[in-house]
Amino acid sequence: MAGKIDQNQLDYLKVRAGMGRISRREFIGRMGALGVSAAMAGTFYAQAVHAAGPVKGGTMRMGVSGGESTNSLDPALAASPVPYNVLNQFGETLVNVDETGGLEMRLAESVEASADAKTWMFKIRSGVEFHNGKPLTAEDVMRTMERHSNEDSKSGALGIMRGITSMKVEGDMFIVGLDTANADLPFLLGDYHLMIQPDGGFDNPAAGIGTGPYMVEADEPGVRHLFKRNPNYWDSNLAHVDEVEILAINDTTARMGALQSGQVHIVNRVDPKVAALLDRAPGLSVKSVAGPGHYVFIMHCDTEPFLNNDLRLALKYAIDREDMVDKILRGYGSVGNDMPVNAAYPLFDESIEQRAYDPEKAAEHYAKSGHDGSPIILRVSDVAFPGAVEAAQLFEQTAKAAGIPLELKREPGDGYWSEVWNVQPFSASYWGGRPVQDQMYSTAYLSTADWNDTRFKRDDFDALLLQARGELDEEKRKALYSQMGTMIRDEGGLICPMFNDFVEGVSDKVQGWVADPTGELMSGTASHRCWLTA
Amino acid sequence: MHPILILVSQRIALGLLLLFAASVLIFAGTMILPGDVAQSILGQSATPEALANLRAELGLNEPPVTRYFNWLFGAMQGDLGVALTNGQDIADALGRRLGNTLFLAFWAAVIAVPLAIFLGLLAVRYRNRWPDKLISGVTLASISIPEFLIGYLLVYFVAVKLGWFSSVAMINDSMSLGDKLSAIALPVAVLVLVVLAHMMRMTRAAILNVMQSAYIETAELKGLSGFNVIFRHAFPNAISPIVNVVMLNLAYLVVGVVVVEVVFVYPGMGQFLVDHVSKRDVPVVQACGLVFAAVYIGLNMVADIVAILSNPRLRHPK
Repeated sequence: MAGKIDQNQLDYLKVRAGMGRISRREFIGRMGALGVSAAMAGTFYAQAVHAAGPVKGGTMRMGVSGGESTNSLDPALAASPVPYNVLNQFGETLVNVDETGGLEMRLAESVEASADAKTWMFKIRSGVEFHNGKPLTAEDVMRTMERHSNEDSKSGALGIMRGITSMKVEGDMFIVGLDTANADLPFLLGDYHLMIQPDGGFDNPAAGIGTGPYMVEADEPGVRHLFKRNPNYWDSNLAHVDEVEILAINDTTARMGALQSGQVHIVNRVDPKVAALLDRAPGLSVKSVAGPGHYVFIMHCDTEPFLNNDLRLALKYAIDREDMVDKILRGYGSVGNDMPVNAAYPLFDESIEQRAYDPEKAAEHYAKSGHDGSPIILRVSDVAFPGAVEAAQLFEQTAKAAGIPLELKREPGDGYWSEVWNVQPFSASYWGGRPVQDQMYSTAYLSTADWNDTRFKRDDFDALLLQARGELDEEKRKALYSQMGTMIRDEGGLICPMFNDFVEGVSDKVQGWVADPTGELMSGTASHRCWLTA
Repeated sequence: MHPILILVSQRIALGLLLLFAASVLIFAGTMILPGDVAQSILGQSATPEALANLRAELGLNEPPVTRYFNWLFGAMQGDLGVALTNGQDIADALGRRLGNTLFLAFWAAVIAVPLAIFLGLLAVRYRNRWPDKLISGVTLASISIPEFLIGYLLVYFVAVKLGWFSSVAMINDSMSLGDKLSAIALPVAVLVLVVLAHMMRMTRAAILNVMQSAYIETAELKGLSGFNVIFRHAFPNAISPIVNVVMLNLAYLVVGVVVVEVVFVYPGMGQFLVDHVSKRDVPVVQACGLVFAAVYIGLNMVADIVAILSNPRLRHPK
């Protein structure tokens, strides 16, 4: 068959496609006329367009769930997906975590650590300008870090700034001193709240002035955010489209409708229930990538009846993880292993045994725990994670099969995060994941962590964490992390049935998409790295 | 002074009192809700220090009564203050959203009100015959289907399959009137279907009521055509209940369309209010509540006044 295809015609069409002169539909149609299957033609088209390099121009529209009229442009206050994506348009951090989990230099040109990993030196990129024309200096970087870490800070990044004891500027160097060694510090400073602002944003934190590839053109919180390309942007490899428009579309059906009718090019958070159907619609595809985010049921290790490790183990054996990935995530995810990390993290030990549903073992541990048989209350709400109530119902059934009297209590979504999560001893929740294992463990499993939502307080675990943090030898660090993961798996208060994928819908007009497990919508950089074709 | 002027001023004074009562209720309501502004803004990932700093900055450590009166004095001087959550000027943000809501309500009303009254008259003219049954059947069916479902059906068939109108009704200042009207075509269609039945049924019922009177018989006997009798003689005497139900539906178009706004991603007041309630942003909720209450009170006042003006016995009291 292949011999019959006119190679000249084929090459001609590829060149045309590469130049953006013919649409995907036309390309596939004409390829079909040459005897090439539609699937093959689609691949050819993508290759041709990719090989030709990015096309400049156009307006990229994104329909993003998770935007409210109450959103602000202040990076310190960002907590939901729309502000996250908005910040990534106009702002930039010192470093980024790239799709392979490595460090990518942004406003820092290079990073160096002292031998004890207690002092870190960031060389600040020269020749970068803020949108207001002011050149970027190391002083701006230091002021930004100050605003997120000083006494009056209300920043979402306050927690990760805690280990910093001193900050100073020497010429174009920004120097950070730590109280204990931390080999992962640069990863922490890549947090999306830490967008560098002129003078740290002290004058007007919500001014929307940064060094990023796009400048704020219109800011209507909860409705839309419009950006124009920054003509003085320093990195010529990025930012191909002229304008980026982020529309806040919180209703799932409306978001899918907007993608299907071509009003937006990219949507986030495709409901797993409709993902397979949506993927069959013409002119778009559904992309999914395994990320570090996970859905959890959390028990307080310091509260009855969860004080008893046998009871905790009984509950861990009484949950059917495979079934939940099938029914709740419809396959767009992977099973969890009762620890907060998975293969999306660097230095993850894949040899730790996977825990499976085992009603007999669960019953055995339950009998050993000596529990009085009174109902064990699990608090749950729709906002805990998508499908949380259904997941809890599955859990209730599988636990019942093991003779464990689990009882669900539905809580209102409004106020769930202040009244139930981290307050009640057993509840459903989610974690968005962190770029490195150290940050995940320090955020939620260190004895003194504010968000220690399982009340896991163990001196030996804390000691391992600090040891791993200062360990520059990767093999040894990996062994330490493996030990910590096993400890939480076997003795912690975390029941982690599943890790959820990022599931996103992308129009065929968008080129240059890469799977990036570190965050939603290519970690907020889809609009910088993708381009539009006809 | 003319009795009508006295009545209107009485109504306005009463309306202001009602607004004040509404603001107390709204404030008390937001106090009862669990959770607070700081936690809602910073979300699940807030550290205790960040929460404490934010609470102090927003003045949440003051007692509620002090906060209420601070707000009230500001509002009486025309200063609605700034939103606790994002520091935007409330009057400014609210004004834009209110403008959008009124824009949508206006176009829905321009189509729905004359259409409903016309269909009502038509139903009376052909009462108990097929046009009456068809009109009643279709309008009752459209009011019985939940409005979000009508919305999704229109999105699927008209926007996705046919591609005639946009499924996202997002409007902004840089659009021309034509673009805006095209953008809001689908939500306007849904709203028209939702409010049509109520007004049309009321028109039909009110006119049928009058049709039993002796003067209608006289009009028929002097040889006037069926439609003329209804429009010239019956309708003016049925206007008061019709205006009442029209005003009720207009108020609904302004204050009750949050579901339609969500389905069509329309930047109106409903979504604005819901966002701020869920973040416990009390000053904004208060301001929205006042606007909604004022719309209700104002439209009801208009209905009363029209009812009086349309009735000679009330217009010239002895």
